[in-house]
Amino acid sequence: MIRVTTMQEAFKRCFAAGVLTLLASQATAELQIEITQGAGKRAPVAVVPFGWEGSDASAPLNVAGVIGADLQRSGRFGPIPEEDMLQKPTTGVEVDFDDWSILGVEAVIIGRVTQTGANAYSVQFQLFDVFRREQLVGYRMPASRGTVRLVAHRAADMIFEKLTGIQGVFATKIAYVTAQQDSGNRIYTLVVSDADGENEHTIMESTDPIMSPAWSPDGRRLAYVSFEGHKSSVFVQTVRTGNRIKVSSRTGINGAPAFSPDGRNLVLTLGGADGNLDIHVMDLSTRDVTRLTTSRAIDTEGSWSPDGKQIYFTSDRSGGPQVYRIDASGGTPERITFEGSYNARPRLSPDGKKLAMVHLDRGNYRIGVLDLDSGNFLVLSSGRQDESPSFAPNSDTLIYATRQGQNGVLETVSADGLIRQRMGSGGADVREPVWSPFPRP
Amino acid sequence: MSQYRIFLISLLAAIVAGCASTSIPDPEAGDGSMDSSGDGSSSSGFEDRSAFGGEDVPFEGSDAAMTMIIYFDFDQSDLKPQYADLLARHANRLSNNSAARIRLEGHADERGSREYNIGLGERRSQAVRRMLLIQGATTSQISTVSFGEERPAAFGSNEESYALNRRVEIKYLN
Repeated sequence: MIRVTTMQEAFKRCFAAGVLTLLASQATAELQIEITQGAGKRAPVAVVPFGWEGSDASAPLNVAGVIGADLQRSGRFGPIPEEDMLQKPTTGVEVDFDDWSILGVEAVIIGRVTQTGANAYSVQFQLFDVFRREQLVGYRMPASRGTVRLVAHRAADMIFEKLTGIQGVFATKIAYVTAQQDSGNRIYTLVVSDADGENEHTIMESTDPIMSPAWSPDGRRLAYVSFEGHKSSVFVQTVRTGNRIKVSSRTGINGAPAFSPDGRNLVLTLGGADGNLDIHVMDLSTRDVTRLTTSRAIDTEGSWSPDGKQIYFTSDRSGGPQVYRIDASGGTPERITFEGSYNARPRLSPDGKKLAMVHLDRGNYRIGVLDLDSGNFLVLSSGRQDESPSFAPNSDTLIYATRQGQNGVLETVSADGLIRQRMGSGGADVREPVWSPFPRP
Repeated sequence: MSQYRIFLISLLAAIVAGCASTSIPDPEAGDGSMDSSGDGSSSSGFEDRSAFGGEDVPFEGSDAAMTMIIYFDFDQSDLKPQYADLLARHANRLSNNSAARIRLEGHADERGSREYNIGLGERRSQAVRRMLLIQGATTSQISTVSFGEERPAAFGSNEESYALNRRVEIKYLN
């Protein structure tokens, strides 16, 4: 049984039922975030409740709440409680810097939401530096009930970048796979949600396994492996419309897809009738396939370098699995990892500087990150069976799957290992998270 | 439960399934075979084995839904000697009936990365495939698929479950 759902259908269902249902569905979101490890000191900031002007009884979203939660989740900022605020300005002229200095707050965020039509709003925010007593950024964005959460995340991104110099990823998405037991059947779903786990939509559901989701570089499509019909096939599905194309369903294994940075090619693993897994590159416009590796070993889990010139992959040609690199045009693979007996599923950071992988660390499968310039190797996770690392598009954070009891849950960790959060699940086994690219306007 | 005992139980389950050739084959019987080889049917089946007084399994025809499971050691795709007879019988069954088709479903335990585990599962189904080909089956009779760690037979995160999950299931398609 297979069901492909479009984002539009999901939105319609969600919003047709009204705001109450919307709030209820948010309350039961599958992923709930818990910060399990923070950096030493969080910078105190104030996100003042936003003003509201409109004919509806209240704003369509607590925008300040979303921004505050984003900043809190970053691990770098500690929004102060609302009851501690000495004033609650909604315009710049009302801000009294002395009131905020007393509280030790370093930055103040204020704003207002204005209704401009039946389903049209304007979201305005301003960020102030309390010590320098000046505005760092101010911006106004149009929104609808359907986009106001994304607009709030974009505001948080601008604030985060202004304060840290690092591009924010609050307005990005994640995709992941869940498995759940349902009256004798195991149900697999492919889910897309906001990076904070909210706003989730199942875009594919099947009684056969779903694996290895991978984003296209424009964030509009997902490639994945589906076992419908008792064989593995690679599909490419447009997230918004639900349209999907079976791009590879050859004899034997069809697996481990990843889009090239220009979106034109797909690296994938093909096994053939004799089951010799090798790395192949498919031209998506012609479906022509070029074989890159020929080893009798398992060669799989290809991942492109950001410039599209090289492909990193897992191979056990030396015995156990290790990471190798080959030119995207072919050639002789070069071994990259030497630390330990098991290094698999390489993923490059978007800045090309780091290589994340599954690393066997004294009997535990953990997320390791190799700095490609210095050769430094850092184990970033502490679980027993951590897997599927994926970098955020700013290269500053990774998401991966870990175990909590019998179930898989997702964790994010800063690339320096200092800030960690868990995104708990409501009973489903959650696995294979992949972080989307930055949204394109 | 020792692997050998599981093997015997599985064998018995298959014999029982094979004898019940007049009943309508349950296409999902294969998926549940690990569970059904648990306490209920398995122990009585084990007793029944001696009552049969032999283990020569006659080919029952195309409607026999027969499932067999072969287990592997950690990180291994070598066939253990204990499965030699079983595989010879399957090869015999295939070579005596050119219309027979099977699917070999390879599986891995949950440790390590998922796509690499697809590779390990495939390596196991290929080991079984090669053994059947050597003994008279033809390539057109056998298809392989690897589910890696995606379809565990046991859900625990312990060696007992891992051992049950490192397996190849032989499924007759007709």
